[in-house]
Amino acid sequence: MAAPNKGRRQAGRGKPGRTLTLFLIVMVALTGGMFWSGHVTPRLGIDLAGGTSITLEAKNTPGKPNAINKTNMDTAVSIIDRRVNGLGVSEAEVQTQGSKNIIVNIPKGTNEKQARDQVGQTAQLYFRPVLTVAAGGPTAPQPSGSPSASPSGSPSGSPSGKPSAESSAGTSGDKASPSSSATTQGRAVTGALKKAPSPTPTPGATDPSAPASPPAATPPPDPATAALQKKFENLNCTSKAQRTTVNQSSAPKDTIVACGQDSDKQWAKYVLGPAELEGTDVSKSKGVLDPQRGMWIVTLDFTGGGTKKFQSITTKLSKQQQPMNQFAIVLDGNVVSAPSVSQTLGASAEISGSFTQQSAQDLANVLSYGALPLSFKEESVSTVTAALGTEQLQAGLIAGAIGLALVIIYLVAYYRGLSLIALLSLLTSGILTYVIMSLLGPGIGFALNLPAVCGAIVAIGITADSFIVYFERIRDEIREGRTLRPAVERAWPRARRTVLVSDFVSFLAAAVLFLVTVGKVQGFAFTLGLTTILDVVVVFFFTKPVMTLLARTKFFSSGSPWSGLDPKRLGAKPPLRRSRRTGGPTDHPKEA
Amino acid sequence: MSRLGAFGARLYRGEVGYDFVGKRKIWYGISILITITAIVGLAVRGLNMGIEFKGGAVFTIQHTTTSVAKAQTDTEAAAPGHEVVVQKLGSDGLRIQVSDLNPQNSAAVTTELSKDLNVPESKIAADLVGPSWGESVANKAWTGLGIFLVLVVIYLAIAFEWRMAVAALVALIHDLTITVGVYALVGFEVTPGTVIGLLTILGYSLYDTVVVFDSLKEQSKGITKQSRWTFSEVANRSINGTLVRSINTTVVALLPVAGLLFIGGGLLGAGTLNDISLALFVGLAAGAYSSIFIATPLVADLKESEPQMKALKKRVFAKRAAAAAKGESIEQTDYGTDDDAPADDDPAGATPAAAGSVNGPRSRNRNNGRPSGRRR
Repeated sequence: MAAPNKGRRQAGRGKPGRTLTLFLIVMVALTGGMFWSGHVTPRLGIDLAGGTSITLEAKNTPGKPNAINKTNMDTAVSIIDRRVNGLGVSEAEVQTQGSKNIIVNIPKGTNEKQARDQVGQTAQLYFRPVLTVAAGGPTAPQPSGSPSASPSGSPSGSPSGKPSAESSAGTSGDKASPSSSATTQGRAVTGALKKAPSPTPTPGATDPSAPASPPAATPPPDPATAALQKKFENLNCTSKAQRTTVNQSSAPKDTIVACGQDSDKQWAKYVLGPAELEGTDVSKSKGVLDPQRGMWIVTLDFTGGGTKKFQSITTKLSKQQQPMNQFAIVLDGNVVSAPSVSQTLGASAEISGSFTQQSAQDLANVLSYGALPLSFKEESVSTVTAALGTEQLQAGLIAGAIGLALVIIYLVAYYRGLSLIALLSLLTSGILTYVIMSLLGPGIGFALNLPAVCGAIVAIGITADSFIVYFERIRDEIREGRTLRPAVERAWPRARRTVLVSDFVSFLAAAVLFLVTVGKVQGFAFTLGLTTILDVVVVFFFTKPVMTLLARTKFFSSGSPWSGLDPKRLGAKPPLRRSRRTGGPTDHPKEA
Repeated sequence: MSRLGAFGARLYRGEVGYDFVGKRKIWYGISILITITAIVGLAVRGLNMGIEFKGGAVFTIQHTTTSVAKAQTDTEAAAPGHEVVVQKLGSDGLRIQVSDLNPQNSAAVTTELSKDLNVPESKIAADLVGPSWGESVANKAWTGLGIFLVLVVIYLAIAFEWRMAVAALVALIHDLTITVGVYALVGFEVTPGTVIGLLTILGYSLYDTVVVFDSLKEQSKGITKQSRWTFSEVANRSINGTLVRSINTTVVALLPVAGLLFIGGGLLGAGTLNDISLALFVGLAAGAYSSIFIATPLVADLKESEPQMKALKKRVFAKRAAAAAKGESIEQTDYGTDDDAPADDDPAGATPAAAGSVNGPRSRNRNNGRPSGRRR
């Protein structure tokens, strides 16, 4: 039994005041942090606060009539789930409904919009060669201070009668002939834009000198191309409706027009060739900080087939000139990024440019999880009213308060003065739980839902259990005939072991639940695990020191009948005493 | 309340005590009976699976004056052929469950309901659930259960010993069976909330068991070095010694859950709160019972089959027989005997944990669980 002795020396002879002070400082710091961060209440889950519920319906893709099946739906659910919950315990639920719907519930909260955006992106991902780029407006009338947009004179009038000053962006006159000789519309268009010179992933729009619409001089080779050109001219990427509808009906093999947004939130429009790679060809993507260059990059790894395709696409592209040396990463018909290629690339690649940590990780996220086996349409987005949740929360809180009151009454009745320590500890534990929950909202996206409230209420019992274990130990020691102070110290090592062992089991249950399950169950398990850890912390750094300190007070050490530690009442044998046979009956029943 | 304290003291000293281990056959019998009832109930009645597992729609209408009966008939008319359950929600809300309603049809039902009940459609919150959600929750719950059981057995086997791990496992399965059985017999609805509650019992049911085992481990330390008590007797003393603690922890754990169940549930009618707390309540009660009546006696049984424990038992009985032959009054049970021993001058040095005691010499022959052979 070396451990108890050691423990006693540590805990008992140590300085309870100092431990306590440190603990209180940490607590005040945490609470201060909560107020400082401005998140003074825990974020509420969708069932309590209301939130957004999105219904996605799987669409039949041309050429893949049987794509909507259980396997693909399950894959899609897990992809969307990973995307939406990528930030931690954001408590978003993704579930299938019927055979072709996926429901995404996003609680009201800080990252609601971000999550919604990511859900909205749940479409197919393609890599397409860029044929041309222009600024996002219908005719790109960017009256910006761009020098190239100055009236440099247009080599040809625009057929649409748009002001021509910008149509060729002053960069194109010399390239009129190559463009007309090009076989595809894309080439023709691009020729005029040869100098649109941004090597960053989103070149067209980062450089305002690039605005241009296709030179009208180019004779449309065929009606389809003409239609495309017209579409390109009329496309206004600043209109959300147009962005979403522009190529809804296009197939992967089509040449399409699309919109993209650069890091400055400027819209650009693109003409893109047929898809060369699909999202499923990407095996992994990460946003990482390149330590050498000190910048954020996005790494890409391809699958076997993807590698081959990517090799051939980069071989082709690297020989092209700007902007046709770019490939566009197209998600949901929108260009997410359009990096340029300077060499043939193989199984892995990286995209560099003016990324921030956020944008690098967002792109990586899209690349990793964008590879949905199905494409989806947002069928309905409805906001869940919070009225029901509020009522439930109220009922939960009332129930919790009453439960707490019952526990307190029981503790006070049974432990008398000792219950003061239990109450203080419960209070401390409660404050800590609240503060940490509040801080975890913005921290890891923790959302308090109804099961979590349940977990917190149940945790009252767990926390109180630890005190009971300790108190009973102390009382046992007093029954041994010890005085309070040694009893407190002797009881601690053994109580500590019991508390640790049983809390470990509780924590194990919570951890397994948390890791294995989803949604609501996870919230519950998280709360349970958190409160179990806090229980250990509070018992070690609060209850024990307070007990040690209070054991020095006269009220407790004298064994006042109201202290809950009255040796007589506890049935301790006084040091000198007659034998039990005679002493017992007079002692116990009377006071009992 | 100090009555319980004094009672605890007497339990602690072993003045009073219940022979849990000795009468284990009775408890095993009762448990087997309960388990069989639960299994039969499960087989015959099955579980009343909630809408989350069957798929269907839940319509929630707040602030309506429509009666439950009217809503029932109206919904049945709106969704013919589907099972309809209408519940009151709070003081003026309704919760209408329609089984097997697919999402395509639900819009029509919503419209119909809004007309019939004279509630604007926007005020009807429709919650449509496909059957896969509950299924996935249940599957994951099973996985979680499996992983947890394996881990906990490993942990208990390391922290204590494999016999205790086995006994705890049996007790745990016993608790789960009883809880599920209650659900089957009473016909409570099984929802994902129930599954959550059930899984929580895992950790909680073990709490009490672990507390008893902890005490047993301590008390049975060096048990083979003495010949006063058999393992079963020590085990029984552990149960009795921790009885007050077990009662207190169980009461304290049950109080908030009861609050949730009766107040939270009472205010709201059916709901997540109720589902979780109901499962917890049943499971906690079963857990307290099993830690006292099943787990520890089981450990004693397992332990007694060990050769050295058999030898110990023989020694103990031999000694008692010898003592009896000498005409000394030695009771067969350990508790309640040593306290009236006139000779408590044994310095209790054999009490390992008392070695560092401040008032060591004072520490009389309290049977603080250490079988020290200190008497005579």
